[in-house]
Amino acid sequence: MSPMHYLTVSVLLFSIGAVGVLVRRNAIVVFMSVELMLNACNLAFVTFSRTNGALDGQVIAFFVMVVAASEVVVGLAIIMTIFRTRRSASIDDANLLKY
Amino acid sequence: MTAADVVATESLQAVPATGVFALLWLVIGLPVLGAVVLLVGGRRTDRFGPLLATALPGLAFLLSGAMFLTLLGRDEAERAIGQHLYSWVPVGGFQVDVGLLLDPLSMSFALLVTGVGWLIHVYSLGYMADDPDKRRFFAYLNLFLAAMLLLVLSDSYLTLYVGWEGVGLASYLLIGFWNHNPEYATAAKKAFVVNRVGDFGLSVAIMVMFAVFGTVSIAGVAEAAPEASQGVVTALGLLLLLAACGKSAQVPLQSWLGDAMAGPTPVSALIHAATMVTAGVYLIARSNGIYDLSPDARLAVVVVGAVTLLFGAIVGSAKDDIKKSLAGSTMSQIGYMVLAVGLGPLGYAFGIAHLLAHGFFKADLFLGAGSVMHGMGNEVDMRRYGALRARMPVTFVTFLLGYLAIIGVPPFAGYFTKDKIIEAAFDQGGLRGWVFGGAALLGAAITAFYMTRMVAMTFFGEQRWAEGVRPHESPRVMTVPMIVLAGLSVVGGLVLMWPFGGAPPLVRFLEPVFGPEPEVEHLLSPVAVTLMTLTVVLVSAAAAFRQYAQRPVPQTAPAGVTPLTRAARRDLYGDAFNETVFMRPGQYLTRLLVFFDNRVVDGSVNGVAATIGGLSGRLRRVQTGFARSYAMSMFVGAAVVVAAVVLVRI
Repeated sequence: MSPMHYLTVSVLLFSIGAVGVLVRRNAIVVFMSVELMLNACNLAFVTFSRTNGALDGQVIAFFVMVVAASEVVVGLAIIMTIFRTRRSASIDDANLLKY
Repeated sequence: MTAADVVATESLQAVPATGVFALLWLVIGLPVLGAVVLLVGGRRTDRFGPLLATALPGLAFLLSGAMFLTLLGRDEAERAIGQHLYSWVPVGGFQVDVGLLLDPLSMSFALLVTGVGWLIHVYSLGYMADDPDKRRFFAYLNLFLAAMLLLVLSDSYLTLYVGWEGVGLASYLLIGFWNHNPEYATAAKKAFVVNRVGDFGLSVAIMVMFAVFGTVSIAGVAEAAPEASQGVVTALGLLLLLAACGKSAQVPLQSWLGDAMAGPTPVSALIHAATMVTAGVYLIARSNGIYDLSPDARLAVVVVGAVTLLFGAIVGSAKDDIKKSLAGSTMSQIGYMVLAVGLGPLGYAFGIAHLLAHGFFKADLFLGAGSVMHGMGNEVDMRRYGALRARMPVTFVTFLLGYLAIIGVPPFAGYFTKDKIIEAAFDQGGLRGWVFGGAALLGAAITAFYMTRMVAMTFFGEQRWAEGVRPHESPRVMTVPMIVLAGLSVVGGLVLMWPFGGAPPLVRFLEPVFGPEPEVEHLLSPVAVTLMTLTVVLVSAAAAFRQYAQRPVPQTAPAGVTPLTRAARRDLYGDAFNETVFMRPGQYLTRLLVFFDNRVVDGSVNGVAATIGGLSGRLRRVQTGFARSYAMSMFVGAAVVVAAVVLVRI
């Protein structure tokens, strides 16, 4: 079993996520793209772990999932609050901390 | 001469303070207590403060009187009492003790300071009765006395310096007592600054003493001085002279005295009669161990004295302000004392005698002037006085007695003391004798002129009072001190200087300190000098009386006068000289330094700050607030890092 296919999928997912982060304005979509990139990394970790017969990669994948889950909790709460106060979830509008 | 003096100084070893002398520290302590209670106690002491502050110097006077009587009963060799108070600076080889020394010289001063000072306190009770700040005034008066007593009673130059500075501080506080008037505050500052110039001389002298002799005690320095080189001794003499010039208002540091009249009149009396200006004369007399060894320094002292006695007399002749005229007179009389103590063993005792007599009659004259001002609604211009003798009989009589004393009419105090100084100046012999004797004689003539002018303009002639002024005699609390001082001006000279079988009593009393009076060849016989002095005094007094009592005196100072009068009205351009020589260049220097500080020092610091500020302003623009561009730069950065890692690996 060649890891090539899995890695290709992983790269594709990562690129879609990265492009999503860069081009989309809606904060929720950007958030989803970030999750996509994280999961692309997870896929790569698991693939290499399987290929090399070591468990490290799988353990790291679990950690990433845990961190991603808690991040979602915090991130969604922030987005909700911003949306409530400004009636918009566009990240281009949230620029109060510029120079 | 020198050897004899050294022997004389050594024979006067200080003996420990026993009996009444154990209380010596109380003479200083009592006025200090008064000042502390009044200043720390604040308003709570308003009611009894002035009375307490008057009582304490009175006690100090009684104490010194008791000591004086005990001292007279002692053997001559035991007439110096030393009291060790505590170790001030005990550091390795450098040991400074605070100790007091009571010998005939400091005894005379202690009696004068406490006695005349006390009378002035009593007078102030009446003069300052209506002043809301009376308590503060009396606290400062006590501080003044305490500082002066510390000055004359200390046994080392360093403790003397403490008193010296204390006198300067107290005079500053008192001259500027009415400091709500900016002019008076400026006068106080001027007195303080000019005094600092003199203090500089004393502090350097103390440093030299320590460096050369390794001691600053007065006896130690006098003992070590004969072994020092001539240059060191002369330098010390000149530095001490500078100090004396500052405190005693001698040329070239005379300018503060006239402005010091800004203080309340009792302060002027205190400064001129008992404390402050006599300190310079005391310093020179006290340092006789140094001056005896250096004829050059002595000559400088004599020159300063001779110049000042003429300077002050000329200034005093032109002033219309009664207090400023008296200030010129003080300058001139102190000039006589400085001249006398500069003459060496010949003149020390005469200088001190004149100082004591002057303390009596000048305090009397100043208190009289204050009484006149009190009755005339604080008018000081003599051109607005006239014919006051009927309205103020007590003031008139006491002032007249002081006047007769200062111009030197026998048998009043000034005759005995001033005549001796003129005689001693002639006795210098040769050209010096003629020059200094002539100056002293001329000074006596001018003294008679300005004093007669003052008395004539104030008490004789026609009334020139301002509208609504009702002259009246002062209350008893003011006239009694004046009567006492007038009495002292009458008999003081007789008691001190009448040759009761041999040397006058004061000269004999001071002999343990200054050594025996040397025998001299008289340039002119004493009788001739006396006759000459009396003649010039009577002639110029008569001239002044004719001019100012028998002819009308204009109410404003006439403009068409001789250049000398015009110069004298402006203090012989003393202030103008200081302004052009010291003040202007000083101002330019400050301006230059301020410019340098603003432009160069501040400029470079501010420049660096501005550059960095500007750069960071530019850098700030990077924060656009456009979150996706931050993400972009992160991606690019991460890509670059990964690429670099991969490239290095390969």
